[in-house]
Amino acid sequence: MRSTTRPKTLSSACASLAICDAMSDGMDIAVSQATLATPNGTTRPQVRIVIVGHVDHGKSTLVGRLLHETGSLPDGKLEMLKAVSARRGMPFEWSFLLDALQTERDQGITIDTTQIRFRTQSRDVVLIDAPGHAEFLRNMITGASQADGAVLIIDALEGVRDQTRRHGYLLHLLGIKQVAIVVNKMDRVDFSAARFKEISDEISAHLIELGVTPAAVIPISARDGDGVAERTPNIAWYDGPTVVEALDALHPARPLDELALRLPVQAIYKFDDRRIIAGRIESGSLNTGDEIVIMPTGKIAKIKSVESWPQTPVAGPQGAGRSVGITLDRELFVERGDVIAHVDAAPRDTRRLRARIFWLHDAPLTEGTSILLRLGTRESRATVVAIEKAVDPGELESVATKAIARNHVGEIDISLAQPVAADTYFDNPRTGRLVIEVNGRIAGGGLVLSVNAGQRAVPANIVPVESALRSDERAARHRHHGAVVWLTGLPGSGKSTLALALERRLFDHGGSPVLLDGDTLRAGLNNDLGFSAQDRSENVRRLAEVATHLARNGHIAIVAAVSPSLHDRAAARGIADTLFREIYVATPAAVCEQRDPKGHYAKARAGTLHGFTGIGNDYQAPTAVELSIDTSQLAVNDAVDAIEQMLSRSGILFDEVIDLASNI
Amino acid sequence: MDHLDELEAQSIYIFREAFARLKKLALLWSLGKDSNVMIWLARKAFFGKVPFPALHVDTGKKFPEMYAFREQYAKEWGLDLKIDYCPPIESIDPTLPPAARSAARKTEGLKLALAKYGFDGLIAGIRRDEEATRAKERVFSPRGTEGGWDVRDQPPEFWDQFNASPPPGAHLRVHPILHWTESDIWAYTQRENIPIIPLYLAQNGKRYRSLGDADITNPVASNAKTIEEILIELETSKEPERAGRALDHETEDAFERLRVAGYL
Repeated sequence: MRSTTRPKTLSSACASLAICDAMSDGMDIAVSQATLATPNGTTRPQVRIVIVGHVDHGKSTLVGRLLHETGSLPDGKLEMLKAVSARRGMPFEWSFLLDALQTERDQGITIDTTQIRFRTQSRDVVLIDAPGHAEFLRNMITGASQADGAVLIIDALEGVRDQTRRHGYLLHLLGIKQVAIVVNKMDRVDFSAARFKEISDEISAHLIELGVTPAAVIPISARDGDGVAERTPNIAWYDGPTVVEALDALHPARPLDELALRLPVQAIYKFDDRRIIAGRIESGSLNTGDEIVIMPTGKIAKIKSVESWPQTPVAGPQGAGRSVGITLDRELFVERGDVIAHVDAAPRDTRRLRARIFWLHDAPLTEGTSILLRLGTRESRATVVAIEKAVDPGELESVATKAIARNHVGEIDISLAQPVAADTYFDNPRTGRLVIEVNGRIAGGGLVLSVNAGQRAVPANIVPVESALRSDERAARHRHHGAVVWLTGLPGSGKSTLALALERRLFDHGGSPVLLDGDTLRAGLNNDLGFSAQDRSENVRRLAEVATHLARNGHIAIVAAVSPSLHDRAAARGIADTLFREIYVATPAAVCEQRDPKGHYAKARAGTLHGFTGIGNDYQAPTAVELSIDTSQLAVNDAVDAIEQMLSRSGILFDEVIDLASNI
Repeated sequence: MDHLDELEAQSIYIFREAFARLKKLALLWSLGKDSNVMIWLARKAFFGKVPFPALHVDTGKKFPEMYAFREQYAKEWGLDLKIDYCPPIESIDPTLPPAARSAARKTEGLKLALAKYGFDGLIAGIRRDEEATRAKERVFSPRGTEGGWDVRDQPPEFWDQFNASPPPGAHLRVHPILHWTESDIWAYTQRENIPIIPLYLAQNGKRYRSLGDADITNPVASNAKTIEEILIELETSKEPERAGRALDHETEDAFERLRVAGYL
């Protein structure tokens, strides 16, 4: 390794620097020095810094100026750039240094992140320039997510703008705690200390409210150099750090060795006789002989060896940040997405999460939306069951809505199709964050605020036993696949009548239907539940769990339940996932009350039956279902025909006999 | 963990994500220092095996030392080596400047290989610090069905969560060493004792910093005869790494045009 470094003054230290790019006309430069050792043999800390802020507040100019002030430009580079500008008939701008792409130069705005390296007194700095234009928020997030610290730039003349606030909010959501504020273009306000204080107070208040305390607020003129590397006479009234000094004081993000072990499983490899579980240690550390638990299943084992290449096995503790491979002392079913932890400090297993997210997709995120969730290496289908505090973080006073629009933020409750191991962001910043995908493209992300661990707080030693029958064997016999047919509607709408008729029809055709009537199950399995909103949710959850189990085993579970809550039904869909077929029995309320088969409407009107769904407004009609049936317009037989057609269309029922041999 | 350990761990993570999430991967092996480091990292990620083919899209104009290296190490490293040839220069857009036109053969060769094998993921050893447009890249970079790169519509990528679902007919580029620098590559090559083509080391006051086609790649002035000396040289050099690559210097946007069309 190199041993060449000596303590240098700022400008000479940066002369040997490393920049990745500038203009692409063959003038881009040199090398980087991220691995330089100091004389005592330790490595210089590398800090990654993102510069964010409103469009045209001077990010690229500041970066260009920083390169110049730190002596980071190769000899003659500045003159060359000025010559190129002259050739194009444009006045020279510092930001030209960064405008690497032809398209950017044409449009005059930075559209993507570019990384630039240089050195300060004690740091190797990787500067990430992120676009300020609202259109490119996804690129700002891509850049900023890689940073250890941030510089938020504000135009002294324009002051705090919507994108300033939005970027501040996103720094908070991205978990970036080290933020330096730079008030730029001070020359445009005659270096007014009063104007500086005004902006400083406003932005500091905004950030502190989000839990981010600015490390410094610095008055500068990036164009002329005041405050960048020097406290010039223009800002004699300012006695804080310069930008370069502030950068030098930022710390690299530390690996989370001190937190509990989290090893999300990336894959299981069997390239030879070893069965290696591979992943990266996100926090904590592990060692051979450790007793570990695999979440969410709660299975327990010991680490037999830590495998590596070319030398293997390796001894000693493996800390956070390492990509490792381990073998276990027993054969267990482990899959990608599981999380390995120590037995006494395991994450919780859950199907319910609350998260604060930012949304980047064109279409707003709404309640009931089916999404793909990525939590570490786990991928799960999920449903958004509730949205709260959806706001535009750029607005000062913004009204919360029930949908999260593009580039907005909000809090969401998520119901997952399968149990996952989860931490909150406050417990573990690495594993307590998630990403949402729509149509195979990352559409948003955020922090896990809380984990609803359900009934099981402690990992139990549960080993689910899967049926030995294959689903295609069952399907061949029944001529249908498993499904959950969920009939929702007012009391008296005809759910049970339809359910019974459907059950008979499917059975007569050789199928295997199972009726799950809400009231019938309340007499047994659910007899501990009343009619509060909470109990109703739990009632629906249990129905959905039982129905899903039947469906996974090839039966068609027919659920007839009022299930008045949109959220609860979305959660049920989340549990049954692709097996779910919702039918809205949309018989008009007046007809239902007139039928009153169980006499409930009469009792409720008389005031002797409380909490009855039907005469109030507490039934939330579905907006998107597989089928809608009004039994006042359609005879039972015709309605069952319609259900059968829907089940055929959506791949549950089929006519042809499956050739089992073809699957072997 | 030191800096090289961190880089290594991150690259291994990327390799394993690519292997878990894509169906048909190949690693683009250009025989240069970067792609040799990449193969080394793949063997680390998969405990000695490279579980996908190493694809050499051959222009037929590489240095003899490169071909010798390919034969020796494909065997020694147990690679599933696939060699595919580029179409002749006559079939390439004549409006491109000469060196860019020559390099564009590789883009076309790559397209042909993609169509032939149906890869949905190509692992490439590009680095952000090499060249301006490469600094814009994502780790998982979606390509169009024609192999093109839409720099204006790149999906967000953060927290090591990658967009790994190419639409049918399209593919992804995966860049496991995007975050490395030229110095990192050499320091790691030295630490891990990874073999290199001797052309990188100085002879008669010249060495190659970057290896491309023999006719459009020039050596730079250097006395660095060992990797250690290369590292010291890089510390003081202000020359760009690709200074010896003619195609980068023909017009301001030659390289960008190549990349948008699918060049590495």
